[in-house]
Amino acid sequence: MRAFHLILALAALLLATPSARADDDFSTALRALNADSYADKIAAAEALAALGEGRAAPILDALADGRLYVTPDGAILIEQAGTYLEPLSQKIVTTDKAEAITVNNRLRGVARGAAGRLALFSPNAQARGAAVEAIMNSPSDEAADMVRAALAKESDATIKALMVTALASLDLSSDNAGHRLAAVTQLADSSDPSVRSQIQRLLETETDLQVRKVAEKTLGSIEFRVTLMGFVANLFQGLSLGSVLLLAAIGLAVTFGVMGVINMAHGEMIMLGAYTTFAVQQGFRAFLPADLIDLYLVAALPAAFLVTALVGMGLERGIIRFLYGRPLETMLATWGISLVLQQVVRQIFGASNMEVANPSWMTGGWDLAGGFTLTYNRVVIILFCLAVLGGLAALLRWSSFGLHMRAVTQNRPMASAMGIPTGRVDAMTFGLGSGIAGIAGVALSQIGNVSPNLGQGYIVDSFMVVVFGGVGSLWGTLVGAVSLGVVNKFLEPYAGAMLGKILVLVFIILFIQKRPRGLFALKGRSVES
Amino acid sequence: MHSLSHLFLNPGDRRFWAGFTALGVLFLLLVPALNLLLPADSALHVPNYMVTLIGKYLCYAILAMAMNLVWGYCGVLSLGHGAFFALGGYAIGMYMMRSIGARGVYGNADLPDFMVFLNWKELPWYWLGFDHFWFAALMVMAIPGALAFVFGWLAFRSRINGVYLSIVTQAMTYALMLAFFRNEMGFGGNNGLTDFKDILGFDLSQDATKMGLYLLTTLVLGATFLLVRFVTASKLGRVMMAVRDAESRVRFLGYSVTGVKLFAFTLSAVLAGIAGALYVPQVGIINPSEFSPANSIEIAIWVAVGGRGTLLGPVLGAFAVNGAKTWLTGAAPELWLFALGALFILVTLALPKGLVGLWAGLRARVTEKSND
Repeated sequence: MRAFHLILALAALLLATPSARADDDFSTALRALNADSYADKIAAAEALAALGEGRAAPILDALADGRLYVTPDGAILIEQAGTYLEPLSQKIVTTDKAEAITVNNRLRGVARGAAGRLALFSPNAQARGAAVEAIMNSPSDEAADMVRAALAKESDATIKALMVTALASLDLSSDNAGHRLAAVTQLADSSDPSVRSQIQRLLETETDLQVRKVAEKTLGSIEFRVTLMGFVANLFQGLSLGSVLLLAAIGLAVTFGVMGVINMAHGEMIMLGAYTTFAVQQGFRAFLPADLIDLYLVAALPAAFLVTALVGMGLERGIIRFLYGRPLETMLATWGISLVLQQVVRQIFGASNMEVANPSWMTGGWDLAGGFTLTYNRVVIILFCLAVLGGLAALLRWSSFGLHMRAVTQNRPMASAMGIPTGRVDAMTFGLGSGIAGIAGVALSQIGNVSPNLGQGYIVDSFMVVVFGGVGSLWGTLVGAVSLGVVNKFLEPYAGAMLGKILVLVFIILFIQKRPRGLFALKGRSVES
Repeated sequence: MHSLSHLFLNPGDRRFWAGFTALGVLFLLLVPALNLLLPADSALHVPNYMVTLIGKYLCYAILAMAMNLVWGYCGVLSLGHGAFFALGGYAIGMYMMRSIGARGVYGNADLPDFMVFLNWKELPWYWLGFDHFWFAALMVMAIPGALAFVFGWLAFRSRINGVYLSIVTQAMTYALMLAFFRNEMGFGGNNGLTDFKDILGFDLSQDATKMGLYLLTTLVLGATFLLVRFVTASKLGRVMMAVRDAESRVRFLGYSVTGVKLFAFTLSAVLAGIAGALYVPQVGIINPSEFSPANSIEIAIWVAVGGRGTLLGPVLGAFAVNGAKTWLTGAAPELWLFALGALFILVTLALPKGLVGLWAGLRARVTEKSND
């Protein structure tokens, strides 16, 4: 008789499909949410979560929000903007007899935490990653079990690696010394600062000698890697800032070197370049097929160069050439120009920030260890800046215009006596310097806001680059920009952004006491004005 | 007594004293009389806000004279004079903060409100002494003076001149602006110092106090005027102008160019500090935006508009430009930057000697015509 019963039971088990069985468990756990006491409800919520099914997450969320209703016959419904959703069938139900399931703060907390952990089983990889990180921030034993369960199902390699690390750091607080040892060994390859602090916390309480020894070694290697990553991150950010400074300063260096005048409107040329980029982008959006939008940046480069070069040449011919020999007045006049240009742009485009989108090939980045990302737009700008520098150096070195420019830089009266049309060289130089500023504006539009004040933010910094590097020297500008950028970024963690900047300014002011003509001063008999 | 008779007998000097007296009567007697004696509905009545506004312009005029001393007479275009002005303002602002005492929002007698807000427990050392007016008044001159002396000594000694000096002074005021924006500096950060109650026991909200500040500013402007005249008429002043016109030649003649420039720069900074100290009680606030490079460049345009290297020019320029600013920013705010920008361009291109030069040119032409 007993055997018969057993066979019957086995047959029933075989007949019942696994999913039907899971559905059964799920709906039982679901109905249990409508318990009488909060303690029972909490137990039910935990049981529901323990099934490890992603579809439980919205239910638990609804429970925490007080949007979970129950009908007189015990069916659980999710209220959504006045309608009811049956969570198992995903059907809309109409009823007027449903009552809300009451929640208290503790239940709400449990439901939220459980829903968060359930995101581990979400079909969306990003949500799974976020869930793992959330769990790492509030470790518990059941969380470790859930991660273990999720790990078995995980297919995405990055998330899998993340889960392994998470599991290891959860195991750090395990009571089993073997688990802790395994975890510490597992974590030796990490370069995450949060892992470092976890191991430090472990070392404070650890009694097992073997675990201590391994943990100390792990800590050492993690610390080394974190320091290294920090160094690389600082270096990259410094190079990135330096490349931006170089782009902003290089046109200024050219005009200052050749003409001896400071163009206070240089920042506004950058701003005009950025607005040209914006206009080109809008033109692409309005008139060209959508799949060409990624190319707008390529079109914006020559457009920005042309617009700003023409504006620059117009200013030189119209205003600045009447002020030669009076550099201080030139400075004031160009400041006036900068005010007018800012206001013109403000009148046309408005005072608010304009949105310039990165083309798709510039969005994203390489994720390096330790939560540090090399963003594509910054990398592109560093490369672009080197290309501009190289192009300019080639122009100066090999073209006849470059030869004339160099001659005028070294000795204007002598160059003039040799038949070089200094007036035309001046106009072309001013156009070139402004055009490069326009290109810089294209680059800056990709990493920051485009607003009428865009240029103002760069003007003091780019002056400093020119003064520090030395006037009329591309090398000086390069070295000046990169070293200022890198020094700034390395000072930032210790001194804060503002103080770092102040220290750099003070340093430059002191530096030019020693070398009034900058790092790479022009040698030769250029006459003191 | 030669110099005295020289001062009074020269026809140019007689004109100077006549003009000086006329301006003194206008600002010292006429404006207060029109404010106090006429009924409020009279067409000639000068309202209270106008007295404060003119008082503000008078401070700007002192600042412009300071700028003129170093730029117009010595050829050093400092684009950081706003910093000296602001430092003077902060010094007097610190005194007024201390004299608020326990009347602040938090009612803390030992600390200014913003320090209570930042959870500071005691007064930083550099605030010590600012309880006393005499100390603050000394610092109004000493801090800008000392900064200018050290900065100028470093810069002029290594012959940083021309546009280099302009850029470096601009960097100086920019760095100071960034520094004063930081809350940790202990100068109120973004908001600066404000909510002043009284100065030397006089209630700042009283019209009589405002009138007193106005009169004091007028007197200081007069004194500055005489001081600048005295300096520029002296032998040192002659050397200053020679440095402006041919620096290398002056150096070859054996004069200390560094010393002359340093004197002009430091004196100018002290005057700018005093202007700032008179300004802040009248406007009731000082914050880091006073350090912004744009402000400093604007001072240069006041001087240029009025006429640099002239005594009266800076005063004229400060009144003309700021009057236009007050009127235009009220009437058509979007036009003000156009006007200011155009002014920069126009003055440098067409009016290198400013309004005073324009007037002198017209006079010369008239006398030429009458001589024909």
